[in-house]
Parts: sequence; structure tokens; C-alpha cells
Amino acid sequence: MTSLASKLLANSAIRFGAGVLGLLIGVALLAPWLGTVDPAAMDAGHINTPSGTVGAFALLDGSSVAHTFWMGSDNFGRDIYSRVLYGTRVSLLVGLFTAVAALLVGGTLGMLAGYFRTLDAVLMRFMDGLMAIPAILLAIALVAALGAQLWTVVVAIAVPEIPRVTRLVRSLVLSLREEPFVEAARALATPTPVILWRHILPNAMAPLIVQGTFIAASAVLTEAILSFLGLGLPADIPTWGNIMAEGRVQFSQYPGNVLYPALFLVPTVLAVNLLGDGLRDVLDPKFAKRGAR
Amino acid sequence: MLRFLIQRLLSLIPVLLTVAIVVFLILRLTPGDPAAVIAGNNATNEDIDRIREQLGLTQPLWTQFWIWFSGVLQGDLGYSFYLNKPVLELILQRIEPTLSLAAGTMLLAVLVAVPLGTLAAWRMGGWLDRILSGFAVAGFSVPVFVIGYVLIYIFAIELKWFPVQGYNRLLGPSAQGLGPWAWQLVLPWLSLATIYVALIARVTRASVSEALTEDYIRTARAKGVTEQAVLMRHALSNAAVPIVTVIGIGVALLIGGVVVTETVYAIPGLGSLTVDAVLNRDFPVIQGVVLFFSALYVLINLLVDLSYLWLDPRIRY
Repeated sequence: MTSLASKLLANSAIRFGAGVLGLLIGVALLAPWLGTVDPAAMDAGHINTPSGTVGAFALLDGSSVAHTFWMGSDNFGRDIYSRVLYGTRVSLLVGLFTAVAALLVGGTLGMLAGYFRTLDAVLMRFMDGLMAIPAILLAIALVAALGAQLWTVVVAIAVPEIPRVTRLVRSLVLSLREEPFVEAARALATPTPVILWRHILPNAMAPLIVQGTFIAASAVLTEAILSFLGLGLPADIPTWGNIMAEGRVQFSQYPGNVLYPALFLVPTVLAVNLLGDGLRDVLDPKFAKRGAR
Repeated sequence: MLRFLIQRLLSLIPVLLTVAIVVFLILRLTPGDPAAVIAGNNATNEDIDRIREQLGLTQPLWTQFWIWFSGVLQGDLGYSFYLNKPVLELILQRIEPTLSLAAGTMLLAVLVAVPLGTLAAWRMGGWLDRILSGFAVAGFSVPVFVIGYVLIYIFAIELKWFPVQGYNRLLGPSAQGLGPWAWQLVLPWLSLATIYVALIARVTRASVSEALTEDYIRTARAKGVTEQAVLMRHALSNAAVPIVTVIGIGVALLIGGVVVTETVYAIPGLGSLTVDAVLNRDFPVIQGVVLFFSALYVLINLLVDLSYLWLDPRIRY
């Protein structure tokens, strides 16, 4: 295990990606203590101020508390810095949940398709059809049908990713099932679920983790796109996409509303993508050579 | 050849049928009476009753699907009660800006990415190669709307070289000619092309660099063929199949990008039609657009498959 850890840390893409991601997780967890205010709090006296302006939030007891708008304030006098920091939470959660959901469903379907040949034909034809629908359009249609909440957004982003995971796992299972250790297990009358769980799954783990990382990166991006289009999470939840969507209308006067969340969004996706590249090179050299993604 | 064509066309049937089933079922995921959902928020009770009658909503699900699907096959994509127009008519009205945006982006991206990828493969590890691989990672990490706003900020607001938003029609009664049309589309094309360039350039680099290791390249160089001819005629033409393939697959990315780019630049195309339809819960339009784009994507990839025959004479179906 220590040798694996040192191998992982020897890769500069992994070091950079994991470092940035760790920083972001820290920001997400510590958001309330990083000089933020309630992301929904409004300062009616300081609307659309430039960064660095000092404003004041009225408290319930009548007093007020001074606050510096590090990234300026938005159309409602809310602190963009606080909103962006709290937005980190949503983005990371959506990325994580989407990757887990797509891997669980796609992985299960792929194992079933790879192992049970009768199921294979039907299931893979269905996956081909699902892949013919451009991912963002499918996500948009699903959000429209299911309504926009955290779990529906996760489902909507995960569903278009499932066919790719299914294909990957299926192809892995198809080659693994011919391996001597699986043959041996079968000869010992090991029940099929045990073969799948104990012998095949562990050997498919490395490519799955790599694929999951890339899914997480694209999920963060897609969530921001959905929110940006006004189709994602409800507008009262501060997400990077939502903040940018609100800033869209008055972008030419106050570009900060769009540009500050972007300064968080882009490095996040970049870090997760680099982490995926690094993990692929270390964990799954064969996969890297195939150039699959 | 003809047999291949027929086989390939037949293989599209299950794909398109699955797309249709998924699109049909998506509507049924929404809670509530489908007739009321289809009718939208502005419908009267008579509208809803008429829809229930027309779509056979009292019959089993499979019958409902066939009623809807046979309509689709005859070009009837449904009726938008919100906009009071047949969906097909709405799509045809909005198709020009979307095709202008998508086709221009594709052309631009291919013209930029293929030479860049080829040069990067030629001098692998050189400065161009390193810039390009950095650009490829970044291209996948920067969402198209961020690129769009940065370009608007620099070139439209600060430098005032290009208009901020909008669209000038190329065809029809309100057409303003080629110049204004292209001028207004420069920034949208550039925004949308970034990710597509990253995708195509990376595959071009990989594919050309693999071709460059082949024996026939050494032979060509040994007999004194110029480097230019080695790259173009020997390496690139043998590397063409993966490049064309990724251009086809990338169309899905392009379609997603179109939706976002149209919103950023206020272009009245199919993407903004989709976004408006979702906001207004106008389900027939959502279904129609998803079907239309999926069919387009499948057709383009059919053409890509057929192009292999021409690109690589070794391939015989």
C-alpha cells in the first residue's frame, strides 16, 4: 500500500490535482469560518459594488455588522465572496454523487451484460440508443421532467454517463471472464454473484476509478451549465452556475458576478481532470495507451 | 458496398427506436396527468380533453407510444400549446442560426485543429506540442459560457471590435447579407470552437504521431520526399480515420455547446428554443428538439462511417 501511495505521489498531475481538490474540500467544509456571511443575506445599501467595498448587514436585533465585499456585491446586495465559497459545496457534492451513481449503475449493468450473454444484446442496443442522445440535451430533458432538486440534477447528469461506464465494464468483464482464475472459480462451483463480486470487480476497479474521476469533472461542469441556463438547482441555492446566471443580465456593467465564480469553477474542473489523467497513467497504463476516455 | 449501406441503415433502426422510446418515456417521468403536462400552463380544459383523445392517453402505454411514434415518422413532432404552433414549424424557423453557428464552428475547428495537431506530432515535445497539450487539458475544463463571457468582455466591451450579442439572418425576408451575418458570429464561433479544437487536435496529434513511426514514412524520407509531402500525403492521409471519427463523435459535444452559446450570445436558434421550452414546461418542444438533434447526430456519424471507404481504400465492407 505504501508503494502505491508513493507511486501516486510521484506523479505531478496527481499531486497538483489532489492538492487543489484538497484545498477546495477545505474551503467547502470551512466556508462558514472563512470570513463569509450568510450567502442569502442582503445589504440593501450596497448593491452592485466593486470588490473591496465595505458594507454593513443589519441584524435582527437592530444592530448592524460591518463587512467587506472582497468580490463585490450582487444585484441584491449579497456578498459574492460568500456565495462563491458556499457554492463550492454544491459543486463538489454533485461531482461526487454523480460519479458514484454512474459507476454503481453502469458498473452493475456492465457486469451483468458481460457475464450474461442473453441480457447483453438487448442491454447494449439500449445503451447505443441512449448514447445517441447528446448528453446535455438528455440532462436538460430529464431535469425538465423530474424537476430541479439536488438528487434530480445528479440523476440527470449521471444517466447520460451510464452507457459509457457500462461499455467499459462490459469490455473488461469480457476479457476477465476468460482468465484462468475465473475459470478456476467456476470449476469450483463458485456462485456467479461471488465470482462477479470477488474475482471480477476487484480487477475492474482501477479503470473504474479513473473513469469516475473524469465523470466527476464533467459533472461539475454540467451542473454549472444547467444552473447557468436557469435549468439547474433552484436559484436560492448558491451554486457557481446560479451566481453566473444571475450576473448574466448585467454582465457588461458588472462582469465580476460571472468572472469570480468562473475563477473557482475552471481550476476545480482542471484539477479533477488532471487527477484523472494522473490516476490513469499510474493505475491503468493499458487504459492510457488505448487513449480511451 | 450496397450491402454495407443497407446493413448500416438497418442498424440505425434499433438506435433511433431507443431514442424515440426514451424521449417518449421522459415525459411520463413527470408527476401528474400527461395531457395536462403536454398542454402546458396556458391550456383550457377543452384543450386537455382534446389532447387526451388525440394521443390515446386512455389506452395502454404501448398503443400510446405507437400513436405518437407513427406521427413522428410522418413528420408530426407534436404541437406546442404554449407557442401555438406545430413543433416541426418551430424547429424549422429556428434552424438557420443553429446551423450557422454549428457548421461555422466545425469548419473553423477542423481548419485550426488538424494542422496544429499534425505540426505537434511532427515536432513532438517541441514548444507547439507542449502548448497544445496544455491547451487540450484547459479546453476540456473551461465551460463554453466562461470562454464566451471572457471574449465578450475583451473584444466586445473593452475593445469594441465585435457586437456584444444578437444575430443577423442570412436567409429570409429580414436577411442582411453575408458580412453582418459573419461579423456577428465571430465571437460565438470562437467560443464554441475551443473545446472542439482541443478534442480534434489531441486525436490528430496521437494519430499522426503513430503514423509517423511507420516504415513507409522512413522509406518516403529516404527517397527524398519533402517533409511537407511526408506529413500531408503519407502521415495525415493514413491518420485520417480516427480524426474523422472524433469529429463525428464531437458533434454531440458541439450540440451541447450550441445550447449554451446561443444563450450567452442571445442567438434565436434551437438551443434557446430548448431552454425557453424547459422554463415554460413546453414538453412537446423539448421532445421534438431532443429527437431532432439525436437524429442529426446519428446521421452525421453514418456519414462518417461511409467516409472511411473513401479515406482508407484498405477498408472494404
